[in-house]
Amino acid sequence: MKVRLTCSVNQEPVDVLVDDYKTLLEVLREDLQLTGTKHGCELGECGACAVLVDGSPVLSCLVLAVESAGRRITTVEGLAADGRLHPLQECFADLGASQCGYCTPGILITAKALLDAEPNPSRERICEALSGNLCRCTGYLQIVEAVEAALRLGAASKQRQPLLAQSEPGAGQ
Amino acid sequence: MTPRRIIGQPRRRVDGRAKVTGQTRFADDIILPRMLHCRLLRSTHPHARIVSIDTGKAEQLDGVHLVLTGESFPIAYGILPVSHDEHALCRDKVRFVGDPVAAVIARDEVTAESAVNLIDVVYGPLRTFAEPAESLAHDEPRIHDYGDHGNVHKAVSLQFGDVDAAMAAADHVFDDVFFFEGNTHLPIEQHASVAVKDPDGKLVIYTSTQTPHYLHRALAKALAMPAAHIRVVATPNGGGFGGKSDPFNHELVVAKAAMLLDRPVKICLNREEVFYCHRGRHPVTMRFRTGVTRDGKITALDLQTLLDGGSYGSYGVASTFYTGALQTVTYDIPRYRFRGCRVFTNKPPCGPKRGHGTPQSRFGQEVQLDKIAEHLKRDPAGLRLGMIAPPDSLTANYLRVGTIGLAECITKVVERSNWKDKFRKLPLGRGVGLACSSYLSGAGMPINWNDLPHSGVQLKLDRSGGVTVFCGATEIGQGSDDVLVGIVAEVLGIDPFDVRAVTGDTDLTPVDLGSYSSRVTLMMGNAAIQAAERARAIVAGPVAAKLGVPADRLVFADRRVFDSEQPDRSVTFQEAVCIAEARVGTIGTTGSYTPPKAAGHFKGGGVGPSPTYSYTAAVVEVDVDAETGWITVPRVWIAHDIGCALNPTLVRGQVEGSVYMGLGEALMEEQAFRRLPPRLSSALVHKFPSMLEYKSPTSLDMPEIVTDLIEHPDPRGPFGAKEVGQGPLLPIMPAVANAVYDAVGVRVDQIPVSPEKILRALQAKAAGKPARVGPASFPDVAWPEPLLVTPPHEGGDGRASNEPDRRLRRKAEAGVEATAGVRS
Repeated sequence: MKVRLTCSVNQEPVDVLVDDYKTLLEVLREDLQLTGTKHGCELGECGACAVLVDGSPVLSCLVLAVESAGRRITTVEGLAADGRLHPLQECFADLGASQCGYCTPGILITAKALLDAEPNPSRERICEALSGNLCRCTGYLQIVEAVEAALRLGAASKQRQPLLAQSEPGAGQ
Repeated sequence: MTPRRIIGQPRRRVDGRAKVTGQTRFADDIILPRMLHCRLLRSTHPHARIVSIDTGKAEQLDGVHLVLTGESFPIAYGILPVSHDEHALCRDKVRFVGDPVAAVIARDEVTAESAVNLIDVVYGPLRTFAEPAESLAHDEPRIHDYGDHGNVHKAVSLQFGDVDAAMAAADHVFDDVFFFEGNTHLPIEQHASVAVKDPDGKLVIYTSTQTPHYLHRALAKALAMPAAHIRVVATPNGGGFGGKSDPFNHELVVAKAAMLLDRPVKICLNREEVFYCHRGRHPVTMRFRTGVTRDGKITALDLQTLLDGGSYGSYGVASTFYTGALQTVTYDIPRYRFRGCRVFTNKPPCGPKRGHGTPQSRFGQEVQLDKIAEHLKRDPAGLRLGMIAPPDSLTANYLRVGTIGLAECITKVVERSNWKDKFRKLPLGRGVGLACSSYLSGAGMPINWNDLPHSGVQLKLDRSGGVTVFCGATEIGQGSDDVLVGIVAEVLGIDPFDVRAVTGDTDLTPVDLGSYSSRVTLMMGNAAIQAAERARAIVAGPVAAKLGVPADRLVFADRRVFDSEQPDRSVTFQEAVCIAEARVGTIGTTGSYTPPKAAGHFKGGGVGPSPTYSYTAAVVEVDVDAETGWITVPRVWIAHDIGCALNPTLVRGQVEGSVYMGLGEALMEEQAFRRLPPRLSSALVHKFPSMLEYKSPTSLDMPEIVTDLIEHPDPRGPFGAKEVGQGPLLPIMPAVANAVYDAVGVRVDQIPVSPEKILRALQAKAAGKPARVGPASFPDVAWPEPLLVTPPHEGGDGRASNEPDRRLRRKAEAGVEATAGVRS
């Protein structure tokens, strides 16, 4: 049966009819075609499908879409703003925190939730916050370092700092 | 020479932005109009005849477009020409729980899944084989009707020199048996494919494959279609590690369905199915007999390996040879006997996982060396330093080694870890262990034996100043697109972001054999240099004439082309391209790479050769709770001989990712099986086909890793580069086991080195029994007579004295492409 879902996704209003059995993950990827959010298990085991619901990280494979009515949802597509990447995105790209890139959206979302909630987390705290997100490529160290670098770039505050010189295509020429 | 601007600099990878914005388009992200969805029915029996399949009810279900069974797939395929033993859907029997039997294509996944559950299959159960010992003991029923005999898929035996005499002359002979449990790749991306009949009526498949070229061949064969009418597009892989290197059932099924239905058909496997696809690490039992002189030189090695292959051939014949190939590349072993046997069992097929066949025997060899060092009262680092294979030499088994940075690697990790103050000196419960390894920088022989290049690159320069580079290489996260673009940008003196890479597309790109055997950087890289240097030469001539300077004085750098002696005499790169295009017409070049011929001319000599080898040494520190056996790893020091780090950011990621994956294998990862009780059919099932139960390390489990790169450029590699994707994984498992011995004095000769095994060994030790956990003996295998090959240093010519003339045999088989590299 189709049900009506009204919510906000990446600060845009969404008003759609969706199958009542579908998870938030499925509605995001299939109905809204926001395929940036990934899946690795659909059982809440890998963390790839993390999105923010009202600012908190949630595994979208474990949430029915209808449960998200009236909520504010943020996916990886919503991290960049005003044509600029989020400092976490800049640092992940610059510092080797993303290899195959498949776990990356879920990790960025989880890291953003951490930095939004805690101004200055320790390395241990970062590792703890990311421990539900599996990555098979990196060995996690470059990911943790990228989160720390983003912290230095001001990811935790609302202001965006100037970006790394080498970040933009063709910069430095 | 102008200093390098790009190569050697830590850089953001060219596809970095796409990955952090979620815009990298993986196979399951492809959504097409009118797309249908596929689900597979998989066998619930580990070994059974298919008596009947009734698809009537499934076909009647609303929303179902097509139901397929094995009848639609009469032609067998497989990755190796010597084992074309798979059908897209099983025809007469099933061989493991999870073997695909039927497929439903429907309007959505839910409908397809419902229809799958309406298919009735009647199975006639057969005896099942859970362990290699059972497969060796019972010839009937055969899991396959091919192979050496009974349920033995392949048994090989090679001897290089008089091993028995060398053993007899040795001061000590060490004899140890080890076991390495199987484990799986666990890529976070589940395999997915979308097949389409294009407007011209040809087949296009977008799929998460590491080997689009081999899938192209398999589709052409199994679907009986002209290869020219098939386009395989390898989407970026969300992790591969070897697990997406075979042509898979689901790829053939959606390809066939799309052609029949003339609609796009998608499949995305669920996590449980990914465990059934497997093709991961073979469980291997191995016996190392090593003759050693009292001053610590190896006189001979006699190695036996027994591989549990699972239910299909996959890469297994190559995997078997690989368990015996690289020992001699690491250490000087003048005489060598290798016997390897792969048996079929009723479990998901094993195949290539990072390190392909070599990590298992690397574990055995490095743990045995630790025991040898202790017996000889030698430091394990010093012992190894004294036995490193000589550089630029031919090993006893005819592998041509190039530069060897292993001594520097060992010296580096010893110094960095403060080894001399720690080894056998730390308090009870804390220990350090050392191990070394080497790995191929690309397999020297193609899977389908031919004289064609292994990698091809095309370049297009246009008036925008932009360059497009085309190559069949497959981006699996390792950064092959970045390597390709970085090399082209370096040679042409432009910015990497001025270069667009088109890769992994059999319609658009020249063949590259695939992302396996750590071959891409070296092979694609050399082809890219050739193509880019040719383009530079085409541009340089007309520009030199225009500027009135000799062409050989021109420098291409910083998006300009200028005279090295008067740099203000210059044009922009874009102007240079236009000047050249006006003179010579459209500018396009090609480059290709073919590895050197193998030196060995005996059957099996095709597995192991490589243009050059990487080397690694690692020290692992462990904490072991002597009460409970609980083990943690606080620190790892690793040094890797890479020749030249093209993009150090990516290189570090490969080293750390290898350490991570090695620790997973060493400590916890197991692809293990159990029998259901008789009331539940006694089926042989995967113990835990889920990510929650298949334990892998998390961010909380990661140690501090100190990485050093040894950079002595190897002339065979692009800018001197060797591989880094696999080698650094290899020393981790044995280094962990050696560290456990240093910490608590027990030997765990078995992977994974899990707490319960350490505890069992501790309890045995406390009871006055041997402080060891591991296999007691090596099973009896009926080995074939060894091929006798005289080592090069004893005057051999690379041929076996007791093998029929292979040149004559080859002539007889000429034109038959199915002559496999691995056979020869």
